[in-house]
Amino acid sequence: MSAYILRRLLYAIPILIGVNLLTFVLFFVVNSPDDMARMHLGEKRVTAEAVAAWKADHGYDKPMLYNAEAEGLGRLTETIFFDKSVRLFVFDFGSSDDGRDIGRDIAQRMWPSLAIALPVLLVGLAFNISYALFIVFFRATYVDLASVVLLVTMMSISGLFYIIGGQFLLGKLFQLVPISGYDTGLAGLKFLVLPVIVGVIGGIGAGTRWYRTLFLEEIGRDYVRTARAKGLGERLVLFRHVLRNALIPILTGVVVVLPLLFMGSLITESFFAIPGLGSYTIDAISNQDFAIVRSMVFLGAVLYILGLILTDISYTLADPRVRLQ
Amino acid sequence: MMPWPGSGVQVAWALVLALVLAPWLVGCDDRPWNDPYPRDTATSNTLYSSFGERPKHLDPARSYTSNENTFIAQIYEPPLQYHFLHRPYQLIPLALAEMPRVRFYDAAGEPLPDDAPAAAIARSEYELRVRPGTRYQPHPALARDAEGAPRYLDLDPGALAGIDTLGDFAEHGTRELVAADFAYQIKRLAAPWLHSPINGVMREHILGFAALGERLEAEDPEQARARVALLRDTEFEGVEVLDRYRLRITLEGKYPQFSYWLAMPFFAPMPWEAEAFYAQPGMRERNLVLDWYPVGTGPYMLTENDPNLRMVLERNPNFHGERYPDSGMPGDRATGILDDAGAPLPFIDRVVYSLEKESIPRWNKFLQGYYDFSGISSDAFDQAVRVDASGRPMLTETLEARGVELMTAVQPTIFFMGFNMLDPVIGGDGQRARLLRRAISIAVDMEEFISIFLNGRGVVAQSPLPPGIFGHRAGEAGINPFVYRWEAGRAVRRSLDEARTLMAQAGYPGGRDRDTGRALTLNYEAVATGPDDRARLNWLRKQFAKLGIELVIRSTDYNRFQDKIRNGTGQIFFWGWNADYPDPENFLFLLYGPNGRVEHQGENSVNYTNPEFDRLFERMRNLEDGPERQALIDRMVEIARTDAPWIWGFHPRAFSLYHRWYHNAYPNQMANNTLKYRRIDPALRAELRRAWNQPVLWPLGAAAAVLLALLLPAWWLVRRRERSRAL
Repeated sequence: MSAYILRRLLYAIPILIGVNLLTFVLFFVVNSPDDMARMHLGEKRVTAEAVAAWKADHGYDKPMLYNAEAEGLGRLTETIFFDKSVRLFVFDFGSSDDGRDIGRDIAQRMWPSLAIALPVLLVGLAFNISYALFIVFFRATYVDLASVVLLVTMMSISGLFYIIGGQFLLGKLFQLVPISGYDTGLAGLKFLVLPVIVGVIGGIGAGTRWYRTLFLEEIGRDYVRTARAKGLGERLVLFRHVLRNALIPILTGVVVVLPLLFMGSLITESFFAIPGLGSYTIDAISNQDFAIVRSMVFLGAVLYILGLILTDISYTLADPRVRLQ
Repeated sequence: MMPWPGSGVQVAWALVLALVLAPWLVGCDDRPWNDPYPRDTATSNTLYSSFGERPKHLDPARSYTSNENTFIAQIYEPPLQYHFLHRPYQLIPLALAEMPRVRFYDAAGEPLPDDAPAAAIARSEYELRVRPGTRYQPHPALARDAEGAPRYLDLDPGALAGIDTLGDFAEHGTRELVAADFAYQIKRLAAPWLHSPINGVMREHILGFAALGERLEAEDPEQARARVALLRDTEFEGVEVLDRYRLRITLEGKYPQFSYWLAMPFFAPMPWEAEAFYAQPGMRERNLVLDWYPVGTGPYMLTENDPNLRMVLERNPNFHGERYPDSGMPGDRATGILDDAGAPLPFIDRVVYSLEKESIPRWNKFLQGYYDFSGISSDAFDQAVRVDASGRPMLTETLEARGVELMTAVQPTIFFMGFNMLDPVIGGDGQRARLLRRAISIAVDMEEFISIFLNGRGVVAQSPLPPGIFGHRAGEAGINPFVYRWEAGRAVRRSLDEARTLMAQAGYPGGRDRDTGRALTLNYEAVATGPDDRARLNWLRKQFAKLGIELVIRSTDYNRFQDKIRNGTGQIFFWGWNADYPDPENFLFLLYGPNGRVEHQGENSVNYTNPEFDRLFERMRNLEDGPERQALIDRMVEIARTDAPWIWGFHPRAFSLYHRWYHNAYPNQMANNTLKYRRIDPALRAELRRAWNQPVLWPLGAAAAVLLALLLPAWWLVRRRERSRAL
């Protein structure tokens, strides 16, 4: 397994270079270094000299990808792309364009993201699996039909509706929880209730339908029929056999997103004023802060690769027949 | 062996219960459950507000936006400030003991009288006398050891272990403000590595400022600490420290608007120790930089700076003291705004600004009493304001019942639709294009625009000058006669027939080019993103269609839009300007030829040039307010109206709401340091918050009942199915 993991990690290097290159190209197709300078210098009384000075100070005065005036390897290394990318591979994110240390900001802001994302994942998982098992128990009845209609309806509603609706009902109308905000420690608990409830409810439609499909696929298999033939009750069949055998696809979905929980949710964090990494990324995009954008995309790619490797490893734990080679 | 999946499910359900019960666990007193603030602050003398976007700069040399001024104007004290209540806006000393003494000299260095013509003045000297005894806020940069040596200015990186914020430093010190601190800050404005936005303006006016910038650039040691030393050691002729409390600034020629710049944070004093402190190795890595942790002499100091969550200002214990003004405008005493006359400032101990990115939660928290004041977003306008029969905005009954008060003020801002004067069709000084621009000016109904898209929050502009700025004329004398006529005591937009006649005179009868027979097509440069923009653009198309003109919307992103304006490739576009200071020069320079965007990179975005206008501008900008200046402005406005390089757009009207416990709200569109005048009644606020935010508990019971009603039959069904026999 070690060789397998090592090989996967080595595969990750060209992928990360590719992701980094793509981010670079996409970003600079939309924003030129001049645009970035003007964004940071403000709109009033900005001179061409100030723009040039800003670019020189922030290392955006070099050619983008290829420096024809340099010699030898310098043609590739004396470029914005090389300057801004190479340190990422040792997780040195450097400073944002407004001078803040990105690594420090990330370390600070991943916890609020996690504080929301983790409970949403766990509670959502528990609820969705329970509800899916319940539907499967009553498969092909009116309970099943009504549930599917409900789930499809819930899937069709925008996530923003749940957020605004939740804030209106629980925060404004019933006045049970703060509408938005965040705090650390125990004082922060009351701020988590609403986004977690909204996150869980918003995920019920898609999540439960997905698990229902998995369970229905399993329930028609021979081993289930055998279990029933042995005289096992339906509840035991569902929990002991169907759920366990449906774990691999569930793990695929869950483990792969575990590392990405750190990255936060863009809309939720914005509406609930949660200072997580989701809002950090959105702010960076709107402020044309390439240093943060490339760091967050790089980090996202690393975490996604990590998630995939963890998924593979979790297969071996869930199903002893799986071997990583 | 694999863990039993059911146990994970049980843990998750326990978590659900914990979350649902959380409000009970943390809120078992009489406080509202939805109170977002710590329980010990309920009756504290704390003001609560929000910010939607984290400030980019808190360094007074760099900061230039209103959201940044919200913070730094309370912390830094520039030499002058605007009187809180007097109108027209009046400058009074802030960090100075008295108003600057201004002397003029001719080219030979001989003194000139105050009323000398601007052309004769070669130099202006501003002598500033600093208020003695003013001390900086407590700060580790100013801490000294027993021998009097700086405590933290020579730290090795290891000494910063465990330091994350300024509060982690054990010792904080202070020192007296001296004239050299102003000189140091002015040199910072010239430093090329600080990218001060007013560097370009000051190069034109402060003697030797440009040369200083070039010298600093040439000698730039690149290391932060060496830069501090370089700035301290470098002298230049434009600024001279006369003694501990006196400073002389020398300008080239005459520049009366310089006094207004002295009321902006750019000229606030900076202790060199602060910059030396932050320049030490390891500080930047901890985000401990001057751009984030200000050091000032003002009534407040920044004690918590987490722009991702909240920023907190607290009373500066070293504040030199100031009194609430004892005079205002006629009628002010009757409104109660002078009730606190002579009282020591500031009134409020602590101000908490919470990050609130979206307008809906911000608005709802204001309604719940968790923010003390608020603006009104378009979404919430109908909930807040109704318009009476006479068109006067009034609060809705709900807000009136809560004792909320509404304050409106026309902002010193203009939004206009610009015609690129370099464009061959719509621009230039030919009569054909001029008539076309005038016709369009009539057809684009700005009253309708304000009504539909701004909820009536604006007044139609008749000239570049907003109300409240010297030179603005109200009433019949103030209307733009090319677009309006005066009827029955009010300005009435000229008819479309008149516009069509102008079109015909311009050679476009019915919107068709008389020479070619082709329909006239114009391009509008837009930065459009959402459905609201689409509605606005459709409205605009219809305005042009009234004259038979086809308007092509060229929508792009903001960067490309700016490129078009910079390069002069746009045709028609929307633009705006917010006053730096309340002087007509700050608006009329938007039409000054040598300020053209394409040729001179200036703020004249439409590249308008008129030699007579430019000549008059050069005379007007150096005059004191008075009949002569008014006459020049009148003529300049007339020229601009005749040439119509802009559709004169509108001046936005700001609507602010505040709760009944919030006092001393007064519209002052120029001053940013007005926090010190505000007063609140925390006891009343706590009482009303409690009354307004009683939790509604029946939905919890109903939800539990519904859950039970669903679960019990399900449980019964499960049991029945399990016990039933197979067929």
